[in-house]
Amino acid sequence: MGLSVHLRKKVKGFNLDVAWEINNELTVLFGYSGAGKSMTLQMIAGLLIPDDGFVRIGSTTMFDSSKRINVPSQQRHLGYVFQDLALFPHMTALDNILYGSNNMGKSERRERAGEMIGAFHIKGLEEKYPAELSGGQKQRVAFARALMRKPYALLLDEPFSALDNPLRIEMRQFLRGIKKRVDAPIVFVTHDVAEAYAVADTMIVYSNGTILQTGTPKHVFENPWSVEVAVLVNATESPQIAY
Amino acid sequence: MLESSVLFSLRLSFQVAAVATFFIIVIGVTVAYFLAQRNFRGKELLDMLFTLPLVLPPTVTGYYLIILFGRNGLIGKPIYAWTGWSIMFTWHAAVLASFVVALPLMIKTTRAAIESVDKDLINASYTLGHSEFETTVRVILPLAKRGIMAGAVLSFARALGEFGATLMLAGNIPGKTDTMPLAIYSLAGSGEWSQANGMVILLTFMSGLFLLFANKFSKGTI
Repeated sequence: MGLSVHLRKKVKGFNLDVAWEINNELTVLFGYSGAGKSMTLQMIAGLLIPDDGFVRIGSTTMFDSSKRINVPSQQRHLGYVFQDLALFPHMTALDNILYGSNNMGKSERRERAGEMIGAFHIKGLEEKYPAELSGGQKQRVAFARALMRKPYALLLDEPFSALDNPLRIEMRQFLRGIKKRVDAPIVFVTHDVAEAYAVADTMIVYSNGTILQTGTPKHVFENPWSVEVAVLVNATESPQIAY
Repeated sequence: MLESSVLFSLRLSFQVAAVATFFIIVIGVTVAYFLAQRNFRGKELLDMLFTLPLVLPPTVTGYYLIILFGRNGLIGKPIYAWTGWSIMFTWHAAVLASFVVALPLMIKTTRAAIESVDKDLINASYTLGHSEFETTVRVILPLAKRGIMAGAVLSFARALGEFGATLMLAGNIPGKTDTMPLAIYSLAGSGEWSQANGMVILLTFMSGLFLLFANKFSKGTI
């Protein structure tokens, strides 16, 4: 299917100008906080409107400033996992998951929710509210909800940042599982080098609203194009990766 | 005889406050939603206009209402010409006065409650394919529920105690428009202290109770 974007936006002294194209793979947007990674995701999802550019998912144009196309966020059919997960606190885990299945018949919804509950090991937690779930459990519910209606692309905005280290490492394995399950582009935002190295098929290095380098993690780590990239990925040493 | 007039005032006050609160909830939530969620030119001016009755002397609010709804008023005149009916000096006028004076409390409380709903939750609902209306009904309003209930209770208490604008618009007609605050005014004026005392204590007690409820709602202890 693939995802290609060209995005330009000026906000309060910050200039974003990025263009990239990916296939059905896991792409990491890597860079310091404030580099424009989350902003990119919001524009892909239609939560923020670019000043200029386009967003195409497969052959569908979701946004194109030159053709005045702007598909509303509700109709873009994307999975989005927020940094704070954004689980609805007044709904149970099951209701949160079911909420992700708009425009499905009742039996289809139940069936799909059952599939998700099995796949994400949520069995037994269905009636619990988000406040009663652990960090890792919330994570799994958020992913199940985002994948309920088989999105055209999955956007992950640092969804593991609130977890402590051992669980974050566990989540890399989890993410590889997602990759196998989802035949769509996955865009994963992180500022954690080890995390990027461990999960990415392709890595796009962001800095201050522009792209410094694109390539496989191995390529970026071994051949940084600039001192800035080298400093960002700390390429003087191979990162200590926990798989 | 006097006892029944006290009962009449009590019943009328509750009737007026209940009907006013119904409209306050419907209009207040709608206005608060647009003020909290939409950006449009003149938004703060609109907020200011709706809030004015909170700070204006009720007599001034009442004066404006006469200009608008009086028999020769901007809105009242065509209504009278068409139907032969005027809202002035009816219990409906007491509802209108209570509505206008208590509405700002609902709007202020509800706007704050809606604005405090995490923006990510609203965005999450949109990315999951839900329309703005569905998101409002299933995410925003349930999460702002406590603020809305606190606003409704405060508005009801304020409507129950409305005096100035009601006097201007509905008059103080015994057995017709004399709500409790107006009845107390009449009783005190004619020196009927024992009756007045009873009503004052009742109104104070009920208002205190409503404030306790409003606080409990907003703190989430109910």
